[in-house]
Amino acid sequence: MLKLQAINKIFNEATADEKIALDQINLELKAGDFVTVIGSNGAGKSTMLNMISGALTPDFGEIVIDGKDVTSLPEYKRSQLIGRVFQDPMAGTAPTMTIEENLAIAFSRNKKRGLKSGVDKQRKEFFLQSLETLHLNLENRLNAKVGLLSGGERQALSLLMATFTKPSILLLDEHTAALDPSRAELITNLTKQLVEKDQLTTLMVTHNMQQALDLGNRLIMMDKGQIILEVGEEEKKDLTIAKLMDEFQRIRGEKLTSDRTLLSV
Amino acid sequence: MFAAIFGSVEQGIIYAIMALGVYLTFRVLDFPDLTVDGSFVTGAATAAMMIVLGYHPAIATLVAIIAGFIAGCITGLLHTKGKINPLLSGILMMIALYSINLRIMGFTVENSVGRPNIPLLNSDTLFSQFSTWWGSLGIDEAINGFFSGIGVEFLPSTWGTAIVVAILVVLIKLIFDWFLKTEVGLAIRATGDNKKMIRSFSANTDNLVIIGLGISNALVAFSGALIAQYAKFADIGMGIGMIVIGLASVIIGEAIFGTKSIVRTTLAVIAGAIIYRIILALALRIDLLDTGDMKLITAFIVIIALVLPTYFDKRREKSRKAKRHAGRVANATIVTEQEGKYLA
Repeated sequence: MLKLQAINKIFNEATADEKIALDQINLELKAGDFVTVIGSNGAGKSTMLNMISGALTPDFGEIVIDGKDVTSLPEYKRSQLIGRVFQDPMAGTAPTMTIEENLAIAFSRNKKRGLKSGVDKQRKEFFLQSLETLHLNLENRLNAKVGLLSGGERQALSLLMATFTKPSILLLDEHTAALDPSRAELITNLTKQLVEKDQLTTLMVTHNMQQALDLGNRLIMMDKGQIILEVGEEEKKDLTIAKLMDEFQRIRGEKLTSDRTLLSV
Repeated sequence: MFAAIFGSVEQGIIYAIMALGVYLTFRVLDFPDLTVDGSFVTGAATAAMMIVLGYHPAIATLVAIIAGFIAGCITGLLHTKGKINPLLSGILMMIALYSINLRIMGFTVENSVGRPNIPLLNSDTLFSQFSTWWGSLGIDEAINGFFSGIGVEFLPSTWGTAIVVAILVVLIKLIFDWFLKTEVGLAIRATGDNKKMIRSFSANTDNLVIIGLGISNALVAFSGALIAQYAKFADIGMGIGMIVIGLASVIIGEAIFGTKSIVRTTLAVIAGAIIYRIILALALRIDLLDTGDMKLITAFIVIIALVLPTYFDKRREKSRKAKRHAGRVANATIVTEQEGKYLA
C-alpha cells in the first residue's frame, strides 16, 4: 500500500545549520495497517509525513503508494490518494466557509472539480449521515461557519473530511496534541472508529505514548532521523510504556529525554 | 440635484461590475490585485477600438471581456509560476498594460501605433442601440407622465439605461453567486481561506488563483467597456485609481450591509458601488471642490470607510462591557445582602 525506500533528507545542507532529518528510512505498510509513530522532538516524524504527503520532496529515495511511484508527483495530485489531519485544528478546514461547504470540498478530493453545484440534495443527505456518526450535533449546524466551531469540533470535522472519501493512506500528524484531555480522548476514539470502519491504511504520529499503545496494530519509534524500533502486531499487544522506555535506553544507551513525551505519559 | 444623483446611480451600477471583480480578488482570493487600473482601460480601449473599426458593440464588448480575462491570467502566472509577490505581479501587469492599451487604441489610426483616447460620439454603442429600441416602446413617456402627474419636477430623459444596466448587474450577481457555490467556486474560496487545507484535498491552488484573477479582470474589463460606451469615449487615464474605487465600494458595502453570506456580500458590494458614486456626486456639488479633486475625495471616502467601522465597533464593545459589568455588580450586591441576612 505504502512503501518508503531509502529516504534521505538533509536540511540546510553544507551550512552550519545542517540537519539530517531523515537517514535511510525504509518502511512498508500493508493494506489495513495502522502504524503509530513515536519519538522525541526532531526525530523526523513530521518530516517523514510531509515526504509522504508531498509537502516536502526527498533528496534521495523512493515513495510508492498503491504500487505507483509518487516521489515526484506534486502535493495536490498526490492528495487524491492521501487523507491528512494536522496538529493545528485551524489547518484542516476553511474558517469562513460553512460546514457543508467544507465537506463538499473534501468530497471532491478524488473527482475532477467542475461547474456542478458543490452541495446538492444527494450530497447533503450524505453529509448529514456522515456528520451524525460524530455525535457532536454538527448535523444541525450545516450552515454554520467553521470558524465558529471549537477546536475539538473542528478537529473532528477535519478527521471526517480526511476519511470519508476512503483515501489509500491516512496521515495523522499529532492531531490530538493541541486539544484538552477530554477532547483529545474524543478524537482518539473517533479516529479508532473511522479507521476501523473502512479499514484505512493509517500512519499516526503522536507524542502520547499511551495513545501510541492503544491505537493501531504496529508501532515504530524514531530518533535522529532513523527508525530505531519496529514493533509488530503480536509484540505490540503486550507492550507497556515502561517496556518502551527500557527498549529506547537499551538501543540508544541514554534515557528518553523529551519533556513532552514524558509529560504526556 | 436629482439629475446628478440619477446619473451617479447609472454609473454606480456599471462600476458595480468592476467592484465585484475587485471583491473576488481582494476578499475571496485574498490577493490584492492591482492589475485592475490597467485592465479597466484594456476593456474600454478594446471595446472602443472595435466599435470604431465597425464591429457590432456586443462583439466589441465580448472581446473586451476576453482581453481582461487574459490580462488577469497573466498576473496570476507571474505570481504562481514566477513566484513574484502578489502586489508586485499586479503592478507589473498594470504598467505593462499602459503601453498595451495605447497600442490597442492605436489600431484605429493609420499614421501612428499608439493613441491616448478614442471618442465614440457618433458611433453606435450598446446604449445608443438599446435606446433607439427602447424609445420606440414609449415606456419613458409613460413613466415620466406618471411622475409628473404626482408632481415630481426633475425627470430623466430616459429610464432605459438605468433599467438595462440594473438587469445586467442583477444577472451578473446571480451568476457570480452561483459560481462561488460550484465545486470550482468552493475551491477558489478555500484557496483564499486556507491554502494548506485545499491542497490537501487535491486542488491545484496555482490554477485556481490564475482562474480567479482571470474572472476578476474579465469583470473589470466588462465594466470598462460599458463605461466607455456610456461616457462615449475611452481614455488612457480613465483607469487611474480604479482599484481604490473598487475597494471603496467593497468596504462601504460591507460596512453597511454586512457579510453574513455570499449572496448578501455581493449585494453589499453592488450597493457600495452605487453609494460611493452618490457620495462623490454630492461632494462635487460643494463649490470649493473641483472635478480634479475626485481622487482626493475618493481617498478620503475610503479612509472614512476604513476608520469609522472600527471606531463604532470599539464603542459598541465598550458599552456592552459596561452593561455586563453593571449586571455583575448588581448580582454581587444581592448575594452579599443575602449572606448578610444569613449571618444575622
